[in-house]
Amino acid sequence: MATISAWLKIDEERVVPALREAGEKLNGDGGEVLLDFSCVSRIVPSAVKAMENFARLADDRAVKVVLRDVNVDVYKVLKLVKLTPRFSFVSRDPRSPD
Amino acid sequence: MITSEAVKERVEIPLASETLSEERIAYLEGLVSQARTAAAVFTQFSQEDVDRIVKPMVLAGLEQAQHLARLAVEETKIGVMEDKVIKNMVATEFAYNYIKDKRTVGVIREFPERNLVEIAEPIGVIFSLTPITNPTSTVLFKCIMAIKTRNAVIFSPHPKAWRCCSEAVRIMYETALRHGAPEGVFTCLESHTLQDNAYLMKHKAVGLIDATGGPGAVKAAYSSGKPALGVGPGNTPVYLEKTADLNTAVVDIIISKTFDNGTICASEQTVVIDDEIYDLVLNKFAELGAHICNDKETKLLARTVIDPETGFMQPLAVGQKATDIARFVGLSVKPNTKLLIAPIQGVGREHPLSVEKLFPLLSVYRAKSVDEALKVCVDVNHAGGLGHTAVIFSRNDEVIRKFGEVINAGRLIVNSPGSIGALGAVYNDLVPTLSFGCGTGGGNSTTDNVNIYHYLNIKRLARRTQAHMWFRVPNQIYFNMNAVENVRNFPSRCTVIITNPAMEHIGHVDIVRRCMPEQTHVHVLVIPDAEPEVKVVVHGVETLNFYKADQIIALGGGSVIDAAKIMKLKYESPEADLQELAAPFLDLRKRVVQYPTEKLTRARLIAISTTSGTGSEVTPFAVLTDKEHGRKVTLADYSLSPDVAIVDPQFVMSMPKGLTADTGIDCLTHALEAGVSSYASPYTDADAMQAIRLVFKYLPIAYENPRDEEARCMMHNAACIAAMAFSNASVGVNHALAHAFGARFGVAHGRANALMLPHVIAYNAAVPTKFMPSPYTQGYVAHKKYATVADLLGLGGNTIEEKVKNLVAATEQLLDRLGFPRSIAELGISREEFERAIPDLTKLAFDDPSWRSNPRMPLMSELADLFWSAYHGRGVAQAANASQKQTA
Repeated sequence: MATISAWLKIDEERVVPALREAGEKLNGDGGEVLLDFSCVSRIVPSAVKAMENFARLADDRAVKVVLRDVNVDVYKVLKLVKLTPRFSFVSRDPRSPD
Repeated sequence: MITSEAVKERVEIPLASETLSEERIAYLEGLVSQARTAAAVFTQFSQEDVDRIVKPMVLAGLEQAQHLARLAVEETKIGVMEDKVIKNMVATEFAYNYIKDKRTVGVIREFPERNLVEIAEPIGVIFSLTPITNPTSTVLFKCIMAIKTRNAVIFSPHPKAWRCCSEAVRIMYETALRHGAPEGVFTCLESHTLQDNAYLMKHKAVGLIDATGGPGAVKAAYSSGKPALGVGPGNTPVYLEKTADLNTAVVDIIISKTFDNGTICASEQTVVIDDEIYDLVLNKFAELGAHICNDKETKLLARTVIDPETGFMQPLAVGQKATDIARFVGLSVKPNTKLLIAPIQGVGREHPLSVEKLFPLLSVYRAKSVDEALKVCVDVNHAGGLGHTAVIFSRNDEVIRKFGEVINAGRLIVNSPGSIGALGAVYNDLVPTLSFGCGTGGGNSTTDNVNIYHYLNIKRLARRTQAHMWFRVPNQIYFNMNAVENVRNFPSRCTVIITNPAMEHIGHVDIVRRCMPEQTHVHVLVIPDAEPEVKVVVHGVETLNFYKADQIIALGGGSVIDAAKIMKLKYESPEADLQELAAPFLDLRKRVVQYPTEKLTRARLIAISTTSGTGSEVTPFAVLTDKEHGRKVTLADYSLSPDVAIVDPQFVMSMPKGLTADTGIDCLTHALEAGVSSYASPYTDADAMQAIRLVFKYLPIAYENPRDEEARCMMHNAACIAAMAFSNASVGVNHALAHAFGARFGVAHGRANALMLPHVIAYNAAVPTKFMPSPYTQGYVAHKKYATVADLLGLGGNTIEEKVKNLVAATEQLLDRLGFPRSIAELGISREEFERAIPDLTKLAFDDPSWRSNPRMPLMSELADLFWSAYHGRGVAQAANASQKQTA
């Protein structure tokens, strides 16, 4: 069973640096990284680029990237740039506590 | 001397891109990736976000209009700087004026009365080719449209207009970026090749090609396999008709043809002038600075400004001043000459100047008549100008309309300059644009002035609509014993009673006669007691005409009443074509054929039914046999419904037992089928349920005690009530099977219905293999409605399946009690004979329109199975029990 090696809440204003920092922490022993997008209502082209780079890095290190609570508008952006197959998506059960 | 570079381009744009280097491909891929990301990010923008970006872009374009115009003229050496400023302003200010209040994000239009909502979806990445003739204005326009619609654009300017275009793109991009547009929303190819274009045109990430330019570019765009807006050349004919305001016309033509030195493809090319005004018009042109060429000069121009090999204009002449062209070819003209005018005698290759000339050279043609003028305009239109633009100057509306009809042009400009008129929003209310759609004539998908809506995918959100339904029956129905007395209340000068021999024989006609007002002249027309034939109807109509009848009384069963309905139709509307009126239809409200509403005469139809089954006294149906052509004509329209129905049981008291049973089961089938029909409504349900209740209670009594007045009365009412239900909800697959079987084996309709009925209930109550599409029903309810019937009849059962099973059993018991054969085999039809008949029976049943309102869509194989079930008969209740388990 995969282990969650990192959990990161992404701030909309800091998507690019946050992903860069997360990328630096990726080690090469597999596992799973969970990025919480619940606070990201919109992404900009540089953030898309950063996600593309992050996905590539995670691939190289055999790390599975899980995006949590991506809103549908952002999901559509990722779909249009063909990035959705690079990530797993999960949603929090709205009844469960944070 | 003049090279034909643009002409070469027409044939040399490659569709393949194999020659691109890896570095070049990487560069192009980078551009596409950037544009795709920008377009994707753009989908998150709201209308307010977009509008916040558009306005400053427009203002920047206006501010830089002169700068860009100067750059364009310096680089391209084409056109007039002052006019290019105007073009840049039209491309920004006028475009903005049109789009500023338009919604292009989310819901853009709503049609509440149609339950429709239009929602915008951006295209994504647009690959845009821009021309040499209108370089910066086209870029400004396309940038504004793209931002308004949340698209990203990769620009590929004409190589000879690259600097000015890339500057226009830069100005638009930087302004857009400052106001929140996504990075990479506009890019401009650097020093590109035709292979670059080919590569991008075929790129998966490019959603649309918007090619404004020469025919080569447009052709390449359309050949790429991508959705494309290809806007290319024209050849604008102008008809200057004798009623026109000549002063205005001449000035308008000069304005248009000299605007930017004639570079707009909508500008006038050949002016066809009426003979009567020809000289006057040329004098006016000359007075205002045009040089009228003589024969020699015209020939010289034809040899030089038109490429003799291709027949197209020489590119170096494009956008040049009239004086420069004159000097270049060796014509002597005054220094202030604005326009060269060359008379031509025809259109086509032998008349080189009849083609498009994007410079201030105008051909003129002297026409002897309107007819000749229009024909020459058509010729010019077909010589490279199909779908583009045409102009007419006239005060004669008829000529203007005719011009509009015969000329194939997306823009038909009336009494105004062609080029500026076609741009829209200046001289008329056309949508402002820098790209003219030329329709299929020009190889384009649209004739519109290309605008924001062409940069959008418009999605239509269609909510389920509550279809209008109806409940239509005769507005007067008199029932119960001696109801026929009411005939007395209908004044009539002359009444024709249509009946059959039996009615006359047993004295029913006399009963009716005695109820007629004294002053009414009565004629009795006796017709055979069989499905009416054409000759019977013809004779009936002759009788009605002879007596000038104002009232028809149909006294009899379904056949007599049907005959009377058709006679009335032909009597009132002799031109009615029965064969045409019998055309099939799916939805009564959308039927192709309309019944006549204009009537020569009017006659009241009173229907008095003498059987308790068909309910023809209230139905809108009639069947006619056309023996001559060997066919049946089934008519259905509410205009056929009788005006008055008399449901008087005294006329059925003497019905034989067999007929009582047959017609009674027909009535039950009507009610059961209307009850579960996909057209059923609360109105028809009420009737269907009541009729079923009455049949189960009173039919056995009427059958066993024919003189029981109450039972006869209630069965007569039941037949009429069931008919009101199926007149509005229609019937179902039982009737389709019975029609086919009855016709093939000569079995009475009620009897045929009875053989099928238990099997059809079981069939409809099971989970359908195929559901019937119906806007009138929600979910599958047939089994539930049968259960409701079972409850109504007090048949017991705790679950739906138990109730359905009980209904089937009760129906079988009723049929047994009425002495019906319970299988087709019992009729003496051998298995072999039936097997042979099955393919035809199935086909006939499937062709029958009755099943189209059945709740379950029957497959051919299911129809065959139903026939076989009816052949074997009995045991349906048990089978129903099994199939009901699936439904649960």
